[in-house]
Amino acid sequence: MDLPTLLSAHDLECARGERTLFTGLGFGLEAGRLLLVQGGNGQGKTSLLRLLTGLATPAAGEVRWRGEPIRRARERYHREMAYVGHANGIKEEFTPLENLRLEAGLAGRALDEAAAAQTLSGLGLARCLDLPARVLSFGQRRRVALAALLTAGALLWILDEPLTGLDVHGVALVEELLRDHLAAGGMVVMTTHQPLTLDGVQVQKIRVGDWAPAARR
Amino acid sequence: MLRFAAPLETREEDASSSSLRFLLTVIRRDLLLAARRRGDWLTAQFFFVMVVSLFPLGVGPEPELLRRIAPGVVWVAATLASLLSLTRLFADDHRDGSLEQMLLSPEPAVLLTLGKAAAHWLIYGIPLLIVAPVLGIQFALPWDAVGVLVLSLALGTPILSLLGAVGAALTLGLRGGGVLLTLLILPLYVPALIFGAGAVDGVISGTGAEAHLSLLGAFFVLSLILTPWVSAAALKVSLE
Repeated sequence: MDLPTLLSAHDLECARGERTLFTGLGFGLEAGRLLLVQGGNGQGKTSLLRLLTGLATPAAGEVRWRGEPIRRARERYHREMAYVGHANGIKEEFTPLENLRLEAGLAGRALDEAAAAQTLSGLGLARCLDLPARVLSFGQRRRVALAALLTAGALLWILDEPLTGLDVHGVALVEELLRDHLAAGGMVVMTTHQPLTLDGVQVQKIRVGDWAPAARR
Repeated sequence: MLRFAAPLETREEDASSSSLRFLLTVIRRDLLLAARRRGDWLTAQFFFVMVVSLFPLGVGPEPELLRRIAPGVVWVAATLASLLSLTRLFADDHRDGSLEQMLLSPEPAVLLTLGKAAAHWLIYGIPLLIVAPVLGIQFALPWDAVGVLVLSLALGTPILSLLGAVGAALTLGLRGGGVLLTLLILPLYVPALIFGAGAVDGVISGTGAEAHLSLLGAFFVLSLILTPWVSAAALKVSLE
């Protein structure tokens, strides 16, 4: 079956200060596919992801969602996209439950407590539902951020190093989540330095370094 | 594909109710945070009370003089107290990444900055209104002047929160942002300060407070309409 290309990047250029990180970068991603962004430290992986989320604006080129530039279709794009960055985006003063429900409210959705608790338990956080996130370990906080990703119900996941701080079980859990998401027709753009075992998943790879100005010369 | 198509269609129908939910969640979230970190916001309140209380001790207990300086002193202290708390309006959320998440909400960023400023006013402005009458008595203000002082603060402190949000958004992530924020925002506070203190002066000198209060009200409406847009734009630039 020929699936439509939902997310595409065209001639992206990203500059950090005086330095151009990459230029002319482009790709297209179909439903049910995973795009693995590769590259060494400082080559612009996170910058690329931030361009894709719409948090940053490219120096040139554009990102399109369902054929429309995300600048123009921002509302729809942000409703269908979820992002987990370096920072987890959870509040230390709140319990995981409160974090999840507030985040849903901020996306304009209602999330009842039972559903939130179920998602958190599914990620192995059943015993810390009512503890403030301050006392949770780094890996546990990462899991809360991933739980927020699940409750967002988004079509496209953009994940910046989702595996940092996770133990072996956590990594296996993320792999399972990714597989389920992709099998259901979802899409993922992610970076990671750790090996991933994703059987039966079509992984598309992109090297940010290939689009560095020096490499093209 | 099918799994996602259904809920997405139904969600688009109630756009206004989800915007309202977003705005209320922003406010509720900040109030809840303030309740969990009581020390933070009590600092600004104590600062306000201390600064105002130092003046009678410094200039002497002469009622005539105290009455003259009271409106200005209370108003200057209120602007400084609001600055004290504004530096962290967006900084904490920026550090833990929740600001990015809020900007990635389908709802417009204007509602975010409006909600943030509203929450700031509820946390820092309302307590000022409550202690202001007590401080007025300390300065031997007549009762009608105390009433106008509270009224002027009720109209004026939201202006401080709204304008302050612009400054906090502009200086987000900058080193020494606190000092820069003060330099940027204090000049913008001047109209609120003049009209606010002027209203109380008017009651004391017998010329009436209506003119000053109307101007203060107009300034409030203007900042309510304009500043959320400016802070939203500033926030996006600061996060690039």
